[in-house]
Amino acid sequence: MHPLAAHIQAKFPDAFIEAKEWRGDLAITVKRHALHDVCRFLREDPQLDCDYIVHVSSVDWPDDEERFEVVYEVYSIRKRHRIRVKTRVPEHDCEVDSMTDIWKGAEFMEREVFDMMGIRFRHHPDLRRILLPDDYPEGYPLRKDFPVQGKGWRDTFEFLQEEVP
Amino acid sequence: MAPLEDQRSTVYKVDPAHPETETLPTLRTEELLLNMGPQHPSTHGVLKVILELEGERIVKSTPVMGFLHRGVEKLAEGMTYHQFIPHTDRLDYVCAMYNNFAYCRAVEKLMDITVPERAEYLRTIVAEVQRIIGHLFWLGTQALDIGAMTVFFYTFRDREILLDWFDELCGARLTTSWYRIGGVERDFTPALVDKLWRFLEYFPPKIDEYVIFLERNRIWLARTKGVAVISAEDALNFGLSGPTLRGSGVNYDLRKYEAYAAYPKCEFSVPVGKNGDTYDRYWIRVEEMRESLKIIRQCLEQMPKEGPILADVPSVTLPPKDRVFTNLESMIQQFKLFSQGFDAPPGEIYCGTEAHKGELGFYIVSTGGGRPYRLKIRAPSFIHMGAFDYMARGYMIADAITIFGTYDIVMGECDR
Repeated sequence: MHPLAAHIQAKFPDAFIEAKEWRGDLAITVKRHALHDVCRFLREDPQLDCDYIVHVSSVDWPDDEERFEVVYEVYSIRKRHRIRVKTRVPEHDCEVDSMTDIWKGAEFMEREVFDMMGIRFRHHPDLRRILLPDDYPEGYPLRKDFPVQGKGWRDTFEFLQEEVP
Repeated sequence: MAPLEDQRSTVYKVDPAHPETETLPTLRTEELLLNMGPQHPSTHGVLKVILELEGERIVKSTPVMGFLHRGVEKLAEGMTYHQFIPHTDRLDYVCAMYNNFAYCRAVEKLMDITVPERAEYLRTIVAEVQRIIGHLFWLGTQALDIGAMTVFFYTFRDREILLDWFDELCGARLTTSWYRIGGVERDFTPALVDKLWRFLEYFPPKIDEYVIFLERNRIWLARTKGVAVISAEDALNFGLSGPTLRGSGVNYDLRKYEAYAAYPKCEFSVPVGKNGDTYDRYWIRVEEMRESLKIIRQCLEQMPKEGPILADVPSVTLPPKDRVFTNLESMIQQFKLFSQGFDAPPGEIYCGTEAHKGELGFYIVSTGGGRPYRLKIRAPSFIHMGAFDYMARGYMIADAITIFGTYDIVMGECDR
């Protein structure tokens, strides 16, 4: 196992699920309740020292029991390593702790995940839609059960008829 | 409703020494909400910001984004990897080449493809030309927004030379799609190389010209020095990247940190600022143009004279174009690669590339098959907007324009 993954596992033996290394990327999966503590550890531990947040993302696996995967990718500028932390949430209770208090940049990234995938972030200061309109009625477009052409909201718009002189 | 008198509150206490001030009218002091945008010439696209003002000072700002949202990440899930390349042009439509580059690099990491040496050099040269174009565009529009109009005409004159060069290279000025997975679409012609050499001679005095225009302009200095200051810790904490982060003194450049393409073979330095203000970020971009010229010069000198420009992995990379028109098997291969795609191994990768705005990354999740299961774009403009409220507080309304500009924001990339 990658030494950094082993370091995290030693600190969180119960919450640690697995570590994968593929194409040079290290990805660890942890249980949802410990995600915030793991991220704080990543930020504050001198050996990990991940001071830079790269992106927050989400993946939908509709066939799995725990349907959504939340992905945080962090980087250490001083130590030059990149770690991807993942956790799974079920559909009926898709909520994780917000990392806004650890990395301020997470605020917009988490809002985007909420907007596109419908995952809520606990203790987020301003959890609203960010790219779609506030009154968007069709749900969350990046879920796999959302058709690419939309669910028909657009067809209900009233368009002005162009007058041909 | 309360009578109008009661809604007012007094700001000026009557000075006992000057009782005549009592007759001055009382002023309203509620906070003012101002919608800036979505249609505003200096929002670089369609961006609205709700400003809470106290007088002319910004107390709080709320960016409202998404006017250019086209659902690129959703569209990607229905496309083969090759088909998605033209869509990356439309992310940051000012600098399409770098988006292509970042995307192709991500797919190459997913497929574990090594790019031939000559192609690496070609890619690096074009990426640096694109960086110069991006910085010229930024310099012109930023100066225009702030009030120094002349520079705009000069930078756009030189940007035009490079756009014509792109036109000759790939047939398009802005939406280029010249990069391919595993290499590039076509090689340089001798005429193109000549033109590039001539540009290397032509351009350095022009940079000095812009600098003279701006650094002796008191308005430019007053409006950039000490404006939109962000400390190194905060900049890191917000995930800023590129010149916006380096302006605060963090030496984070993926060209050095990850050493991709031909960058490790070139000697260049990464300019780093000290004060973290708009002026430092301007200085970094000007210096980066000079460094880009150095990289282009070294690449042109070191580049192998001949060699393949596309990796030879027939299951993934496209066949050479001349064979497609003359050879049936190549035709079939090209057709199948575009319509069905290649079989990517299951797994997930993240690959970041140093575009001129900052770290442009692609996170691709594959479950096998020809289409990405999930494709996430880490757009620097979007992440920079996350710091806007923090950086704008306490500055004047007019400085809000400077702060958009200092990120080098393009809404096509921000909203995706």
